[in-house]
Amino acid sequence: MSQLYDFHGGIHPPQHKDAATGRPIQQLPLPPQLYIALAQSVGNPARPTVSVGQPVLKGQQLAEPDGRLSAAVHAPTSGTITAIGPHPFAHPSGLPVATITLAPDGLDSWQPRSPLAWQDASPAQLRSHLQDMGVVGLGGAVFPTHLKLGASPLATLVVNGAECEPFISCDDMLMRERAAGIVDGIRIAAHALQAGQVLIGIEDNKPQAIAAMQAACAGTPYRVVSIPTKYPSGGAKQLIRLLTGIEVPHGTRATDLGVQCLNVGTLYAMARAVLHGEPLLSRVVTVTGAVAYAANYEVAIGTPLAWLLQQAGMADAQTEVIMGGPMMGITLPDLHAGLPKAGNCLIAKSAALFPPRPPEQACIRCGDCASVCPAQLQPMDLFWFAKSRNFGKAQERHLFDCIECGACSYVCPSQIPLVDYYRFAKSEIWAAERDKKNASLARQRHEFRQFRIERDKSEKAARLAARAAEQAAKLASQAATPAAASTAPAASGMDDAKKAAIAAALARAAAQKEAKPLSEQHTSGLDDAKQAAIQAAMARAAARKAASDAAKAADAANPDSPPATTPAQTGMDDAKRAAIEAAMARAAARKAAADAAKAADAANPDSPPAAAPTQTGMDDAKRAAVEAAMARAAARKAASDAAKAADAANPDSPPATTPTQTGMDDAKRAAVEAAMARAAARKAAAQAQKDASE
Amino acid sequence: MSRHATHIAQPVTVSRVMLKVLAALLPGIAVSVYCFGPGVLVQLLLATLTALGAEAAVLRLRQRPVAPALADLSAVVTAWLLALSMPPLGAWWMIVVATLFAIVLGKQLYGGLGNNPFNPAMVGFAVMIVSFPAQMAAWGTPLAALDATAQLQWIFTHTLPAGSSVDAVSSATPLDVLKTGLLQGGQDVAQLLLQPRFGQWGNAGGEWVALAWALGGLWLWQQKLIPWRTPLAMLAGVLAVSLPLWLWQPAHYASPLFHLLNGATLLAAGFIVTDPISGSTTPLGRLIFGFMVGVLVVVIRVFGGFPDAVAFAVLIMNMAVPFIDQTTQPRVFGRKGGRHA
Repeated sequence: MSQLYDFHGGIHPPQHKDAATGRPIQQLPLPPQLYIALAQSVGNPARPTVSVGQPVLKGQQLAEPDGRLSAAVHAPTSGTITAIGPHPFAHPSGLPVATITLAPDGLDSWQPRSPLAWQDASPAQLRSHLQDMGVVGLGGAVFPTHLKLGASPLATLVVNGAECEPFISCDDMLMRERAAGIVDGIRIAAHALQAGQVLIGIEDNKPQAIAAMQAACAGTPYRVVSIPTKYPSGGAKQLIRLLTGIEVPHGTRATDLGVQCLNVGTLYAMARAVLHGEPLLSRVVTVTGAVAYAANYEVAIGTPLAWLLQQAGMADAQTEVIMGGPMMGITLPDLHAGLPKAGNCLIAKSAALFPPRPPEQACIRCGDCASVCPAQLQPMDLFWFAKSRNFGKAQERHLFDCIECGACSYVCPSQIPLVDYYRFAKSEIWAAERDKKNASLARQRHEFRQFRIERDKSEKAARLAARAAEQAAKLASQAATPAAASTAPAASGMDDAKKAAIAAALARAAAQKEAKPLSEQHTSGLDDAKQAAIQAAMARAAARKAASDAAKAADAANPDSPPATTPAQTGMDDAKRAAIEAAMARAAARKAAADAAKAADAANPDSPPAAAPTQTGMDDAKRAAVEAAMARAAARKAASDAAKAADAANPDSPPATTPTQTGMDDAKRAAVEAAMARAAARKAAAQAQKDASE
Repeated sequence: MSRHATHIAQPVTVSRVMLKVLAALLPGIAVSVYCFGPGVLVQLLLATLTALGAEAAVLRLRQRPVAPALADLSAVVTAWLLALSMPPLGAWWMIVVATLFAIVLGKQLYGGLGNNPFNPAMVGFAVMIVSFPAQMAAWGTPLAALDATAQLQWIFTHTLPAGSSVDAVSSATPLDVLKTGLLQGGQDVAQLLLQPRFGQWGNAGGEWVALAWALGGLWLWQQKLIPWRTPLAMLAGVLAVSLPLWLWQPAHYASPLFHLLNGATLLAAGFIVTDPISGSTTPLGRLIFGFMVGVLVVVIRVFGGFPDAVAFAVLIMNMAVPFIDQTTQPRVFGRKGGRHA
């Protein structure tokens, strides 16, 4: 006898198991229709691979797994597919799910079966075989079994034959009658997991099952451990704790602690799938309660529940039926649903077995719930927090460690359905988290959209500025050929970034140069206000060009690190933010320039441009020119700051563009510089405004 | 009920729990009646009627269902605990006022059953002992030859039939006698205890009442209706203060046994500190709560201004319960440590 590690709490509800264990596992004829839902396991529903009207053989795949967390679904018998579409499903919501309807032909003819030579097979081969055979956990959670065979070597394989919920006896009967098959499954799983030891936990209210399993395990190293009958000892975490002393915390996988837990029914199905090539087509299900022939039935997956209950002798079709046990099971909303792989037990309710619950009273903090809670929570506090919608506090007190076993609801003298409150709180928290995620996604999208709009604008502006610069360069080459000649060779020897930076500087110089002669040349020809406006516009263009060139230069300097230029694609948050801020700084600079131009325009607000020369004469023209020059200066400053910010967003930008600052956190620096650029732009604009108003 | 609810439940209700608490009080009531006469029953009756009436009236004002709240019997438990803490021959209006304070102020104004931070019976008792210290200290002499009609006459009219001694209705409690005697000086504890007012270990007769409370408490524990931690911790608290004092100066400090068997110590251990609503709920918290109540009971009795201290000790510790619970959260399955910030 190995040592047991009792878990905290637990309850001893009336068993009611004897009603169904008096008879051996019963076989039933095939029902007229089978409703095989595609969602037979945790994870993605399987994808149908058959079409309506298609004849299928027993064991033929009806739907293939969709991704890793999914398992295949098969035809439990031969027949014809008559429909694929929504059908009632054994779920508390009562919402219909995609279901394949199969009309059996009565022949029950198998497709060729392909067993797996498991001793020679790799773990990966075994896993894919089990996934293709649709083997999922039959204890009720229907977790795809292939995903449980990942980690090897494993210290301990725990085999769950506890079956702690009242009324349910399908595992009990399976162990009594098919212990050898279960041990075959254990052999395969232990081999795949390279399990150091195998412990089979069975509650001591099943002496026959314990004896049968002990007999089947004779000559193997597998140990059958009789555990005290106490609900919920069959919970994976509780059973692992009982047998090994290991506590698996919430959010941790048992395998990470060297343990894995598999249900006896699952292991039996695994043995059938591996040794005989039989997919999971049927399961043993306890049908009990208010039925004439309470027993365990071996039933094809998809068998209509109403039909099954009728076979078991349920008199009144209106009877409420629980699927699962009385502690954690669900009241079925629609008995037209087909039996799912999760369906371990059907209980037809009777008033004698399930008297109506007395009305809920106030919590008196008696603490009975805390003394039975296997998760060692303080259920009365969680109830208080859930009821007052104080979900943060509930989470703080480990609401999500609750396994919803219902022990607290069972003992509550105030008859409070505590688990309902916890489910409510959990779903509210999930909903809030979903909303938060969506909001953050929307904000990211919005930020990127802003960035994209800015980028498009600046690119367009750059194209315009380039044209202006071209013209300016022409003028410049005419005016100063030697100077251009002296810079050209130097430029050719430099790398792209420097070249671009120099080009930007040249463009700025050219723009300035051009602006000056224009103002000199055309004073007499154009009217003053118009001229000032033109100059301001050119200054803007120059500033834009300078900014975009500088940014380009920064990008070109490091072609391998795209974050600064294509942040959305890379997903690098800091770089993205910096780039966005740089873009915003550029926009601010542009705005400053535009404001300056406006200020220049506004210098003579009462005089329409056409009337300006005649009414104000040379004073106005002079003033406008001065203001335009100031606006240019401000725009230049803003543009260069923005360019610096853009450069800083790119950590590897050469010293040509960020000559002084090195070693600082780049993203931070970019953000700081962007802020400075914004401030400078604001200041420039304010100055221009002030000047204009003077 | 939702489709996913737990489908079965133990056939337990709050009413059944309260009924058992009332049943556990019966031995103590029986001994009380034997010692102090039928006046005890009159107090119980007055308290019960006042409690139910007050509860119904407030619930109606609050527009809440009246019948289920009355049927949960929690008001009756409060009424009985209060009546048993009050002088058996106290005037009728005293128990009525005390019960009104307990139910209206101590319970319903906080939101009714389950929401009161203070033990309602102790709220009622504290109001009375602060407001009417003299009347509250006047207990009938145990085993006094005062028949039922005389007791009733005294309770309701404050007069006595000719020939009855006023001593029969107004002798001070042992705790009071001891306190006053020690304050006056000249006599030590041993000498004071020689007075006929004291029985073998304390209050003549009263010590048997106290033992009957303990019996009721043990039965509640056997029925798993109260935890062992709070009462035992409280008794430990009483011992922790009274024992060293007594060992140090037996002439000036009463023995631990005297403290255990006098006043409301054992009634509190079985029925008052175990009130789940106003008490701590965590395992460690129950130990702290109970222990501190016991410590405060002796400290206030010995050094404070009032002869008995259970009500104040309980109310003070009721205030500390949220903090105690917050800081003594037990370890959750699979997690290390158990404390929360």
